[in-house]
Amino acid sequence: MNRFDWLSELLARFQDEHILLYKGSAVVLAPAHTLNVDSEDWASCAAQTKKYRCRFSALWAQQLDDELQLNACYEKQGDYLVLRTKIPLDKPLIHSITPHYANADRPERHCHDMFGIEFKKQPDNRRWSRHKAWQANQYPLRKDFPVAGFNTGLTPPDNDYPFLSVQGSGVYEIPVGPVHAGIIEPGHFRFQAVGEMVLNLEQHLGYVHKGIEKIAEGRDAHRVVKLAARVSGDSCVSHAWASCLAMEKAALCQVPPRAVWLRALMAERERVANHLGDIGAIANDVAFGFFFYQFGRLRETWQRLSQALFGHRLMMDCLVLGGVTQDINQQQIDEILRQIKMLRKEWRELKTVFNENTSLEDRLETTGILSPDYAQRLGCVGYVGRASGQDFDVRRDLAYAPYNKLQVKSPCYNRGDVAARTLVRLNEIQSSLDLIEQICQNLPTGEIQTPWQTPKAGAEGLGFIDGWRGEIVVYVRFAEDNKIDRFFPRDPSWLTWPALEHLIRGNIVPDFPVCNKSVNGSYSGHDL
Amino acid sequence: MDWLLALLQTALFVFGAPLLLGWIKRLKALSQNRQPAPVWQPYRDLRRLFHKEVVIAHHASWLFRITPYIVFGAVVLVASVVPLLVTSLPTAAIADVIVLVGFFALGRFFLALAGMDIGTAFGGMGASREMTIASMAEPAMLMAVFTLAMTASTTNLSTAMLTILHEGLVLRPSFIFAALGLMMVAVAETGRIPVDNPATHLELTMVHEAMILEYSGRYLALIEWAAQIKLMVYGVLVLNLFFPWGIATETTTNALLIGSVVILAKLMLLALILVVSETVVAKMRLFRIPQYLSFAFLLCLLGALSHVILEAGYII
Repeated sequence: MNRFDWLSELLARFQDEHILLYKGSAVVLAPAHTLNVDSEDWASCAAQTKKYRCRFSALWAQQLDDELQLNACYEKQGDYLVLRTKIPLDKPLIHSITPHYANADRPERHCHDMFGIEFKKQPDNRRWSRHKAWQANQYPLRKDFPVAGFNTGLTPPDNDYPFLSVQGSGVYEIPVGPVHAGIIEPGHFRFQAVGEMVLNLEQHLGYVHKGIEKIAEGRDAHRVVKLAARVSGDSCVSHAWASCLAMEKAALCQVPPRAVWLRALMAERERVANHLGDIGAIANDVAFGFFFYQFGRLRETWQRLSQALFGHRLMMDCLVLGGVTQDINQQQIDEILRQIKMLRKEWRELKTVFNENTSLEDRLETTGILSPDYAQRLGCVGYVGRASGQDFDVRRDLAYAPYNKLQVKSPCYNRGDVAARTLVRLNEIQSSLDLIEQICQNLPTGEIQTPWQTPKAGAEGLGFIDGWRGEIVVYVRFAEDNKIDRFFPRDPSWLTWPALEHLIRGNIVPDFPVCNKSVNGSYSGHDL
Repeated sequence: MDWLLALLQTALFVFGAPLLLGWIKRLKALSQNRQPAPVWQPYRDLRRLFHKEVVIAHHASWLFRITPYIVFGAVVLVASVVPLLVTSLPTAAIADVIVLVGFFALGRFFLALAGMDIGTAFGGMGASREMTIASMAEPAMLMAVFTLAMTASTTNLSTAMLTILHEGLVLRPSFIFAALGLMMVAVAETGRIPVDNPATHLELTMVHEAMILEYSGRYLALIEWAAQIKLMVYGVLVLNLFFPWGIATETTTNALLIGSVVILAKLMLLALILVVSETVVAKMRLFRIPQYLSFAFLLCLLGALSHVILEAGYII
């Protein structure tokens, strides 16, 4: 199968629908293919891509002088297509694509809150990212909005969000959050329940909105990479890598092979660490403390080695433009391999417990089922998608370097319950260990950094990385002097949070924490 | 003298209960490869809570304020009628085992009311769950008690223990069933895994903890303390009813000394069993709890039936 062998057929379909296509490009946002369309054709394009079973991946806007440019990224068979259109700033009106892609709902509402784009026929026109920190007629990502914001003192509490309400005898509401017990991030969940059964769950996120997209504007590119590492603390490496990739594409910078391989080593270490932590946390939510402490211990030893190797437990700021900051020597490689051997042994024992403990099985199996059909409609990625039959892995399907030279095994199940999501994690640990071994054995020699050259103003780049939560998309556009004009990191959580609302329906209230943990969306990565 | 001993026993229950919990937590930490806190940590926690300011919701009624005292009082009363070291309790003559179950029910009733009093979703949720569990646990508990009462021909705990001690070690199928049933009930009533998780921070999964989420300071201390005493009462009930050997039947210093050493050893062992069972199982799904408790009820019923069928013959 060749790259983009489906594109010509899609273009033919566009033409059948009389969609006017302007000159596209295969290089501007490589590896994605870019197509420019009229704003009138925006929704009909989405209708066609939907019919052609392309997955919706990302939606972002940017202001170019007195126009707003809207971008939608679709994916099929590991190939990405970016559709772009322009709408005038003084009359930003466009048809919504949410009727075709349910998971474009929140991105569109985010675009509305940030740019003031009105989406016609958008089924849900409530605010999303905007709480009370700015007014309804202010649009933070427009150029006339100051980076420092309008200082209005203390932000008032956001207590009038119009939640969906359910009526009927015996129906009651449970508001949970935004502040939760334990050290997790803030987010509000509104349940409607009858007895113990959940009728509906609605999320209200945005409590950790840090203005990442805005503060990146006008910042030096090197500092934006640091900012990217802080989009979501548990995905430091993946977000930094995706941003580096986007910027290096824009600057046509060739990263030395050793640096690329070291990046992959760090990304896989990050994946293993987070999966270890997650499995323990899932077990803890059903009061199976044994797993919690065993996996916690393994994660801790794993991260201590990360600290010893790269100087930081989460490997924060180890990736820089043009390469990485830390090299490893043969002795350290031996240490990595030794730890993997030990982890494999423990992994086997714990896997046996996972497979054979009936009380754990009873709690995790058939809990929080996300059917493959729904997962496909919601465009779920990462372990959430792979537990529900969405066999997609950017490492394998886009095969970006160095994964084009590595054997990526990606577990995939169809059951879609909490047990399947846990099993995907368990087996991904195994395949990540394989990958780390392959990386250690075939690590190319040479430099780990190349000098950075400032790209010219207007250069753009798109980076795709498979983070531990799934596909990360980062869009970057440069201004003058190595400054960033637009930075948009799309965390996989955008695509998995809505899945939680679906999979909890019909489950009982006390099963929510474990369902939530099995999806484990990032609040910070989503709220930006 | 007897009254003094009764007072002493009650005091032992009240002030020893945190130690039992500390021991359980210590064992649990060790079983999870954790560095354990000292066994007197629960005392520290109680002291800390007693010194903390009480924060109460504006619309809390008198019910909310009075509940901790009722709960604590009821549990202390229960503790006063359960023979711990010595069988000859004057209090046991005043209140029998049915009153004991009633006292627990009283405490729970007020706790559930207080849970709903504040009007938060969690309080109501916890109260509804607690009542669901109680409605099935209480009959099972009574059935276990009746099995025992039929054998001993009394519902007085002291007399029952004396009867069993007097008859010596006889293998009674009814007792095996009833003991298993009562242990299952005890796990449910004291909010341990797999029915409830006392260590969780997840409000949505809580049963007992959800009802008391709004309590703080000395109110919380009293409720927690009451829960610790309740745990010890159930432990002692299981141990002394079905394995009473070692308990003092007369009030000599020697017998009392032996009695205290034996009950200490028995409680430590029971805690070990509890910890091992909590380590190997996860918490049940909420809707499995009725099945679990029906099974406990069935065991107790089998106990009563097997008494009638197998053991009652020679009396008639």
